[in-house]
Amino acid sequence: MDINWAVFTPWSSLLGGIMIGLASALLVFTNGRSAGISGIVAGVFNFKRPDWSWRLAFLLGLLVAPVSYSLFFALPEPVIESSMVGLVVAGFLVGIGTRIGGGCTSGHGVVGLSRLSIRSLAATITFMVSGFVIVYFMKHVFS
Amino acid sequence: MKNIYALLAGLIFGLGLIVSGMANPEKVIGFLNIFGRWDPSLAFVMGGAIFVGVFSFKYIVKREKTLLGGSLHLSNEKSINKRLIFGSLIFGLGWGVAGFCPGPALVSLGMGSLKGALFVIAMLAGMLTFKLVQKNN
Repeated sequence: MDINWAVFTPWSSLLGGIMIGLASALLVFTNGRSAGISGIVAGVFNFKRPDWSWRLAFLLGLLVAPVSYSLFFALPEPVIESSMVGLVVAGFLVGIGTRIGGGCTSGHGVVGLSRLSIRSLAATITFMVSGFVIVYFMKHVFS
Repeated sequence: MKNIYALLAGLIFGLGLIVSGMANPEKVIGFLNIFGRWDPSLAFVMGGAIFVGVFSFKYIVKREKTLLGGSLHLSNEKSINKRLIFGSLIFGLGWGVAGFCPGPALVSLGMGSLKGALFVIAMLAGMLTFKLVQKNN
């Protein structure tokens, strides 16, 4: 295994992870809801549901996070290598895949695993392996 | 008041994504590039989040009520079926191609990124497609 030490950021990643854990705790402690982002997004367009206001509030918080961050620190510039076509295909797969599988990195990967759910563990292993394989093909086969 | 807490939770979640590096697709792809020059950082994101999460969820599930006295709306679905595996497989492919999952994509949209916006629109289209197909079955 060849580790890229130059870009390895264990401490900031751990800190960010703890913040994500605290945010999920805050949401369930006050609203009784799981911080599964794909599910929150999918439900926000269902206006008939009585519970859409908390979804909107949560998503608004997520959207204003970068602006709030930039008030205190220099915002790190994200590097998006994917082409426009790649982004459209990937976005569509993420949208439909998370609905079929009932969750994403947050719903299964954080909340589900925190609840020690075997179902979420199966989902997390599946999307991780699937991600490893497609990145292998993109970086080492097609390029 | 509940919505204020939800807003705050979303804000802290988003800040966590930025601080952790998860909001940067290059970093996500570096993590998924396990057969190349691997950046294991994102394992620490999950580790940190789950460490806090295990205690929090254990506490609140035992309590059976939120701190504000409301009820819990957590999934108790346990089945591991074809749908779960197939959906997660599809999600993983999209995640690997762009380096975006739903949360970081929304944060990227909040940064005013055109590419982030494009991904989010396509993601919503994917969710809508699922809804339409489900309705017709």
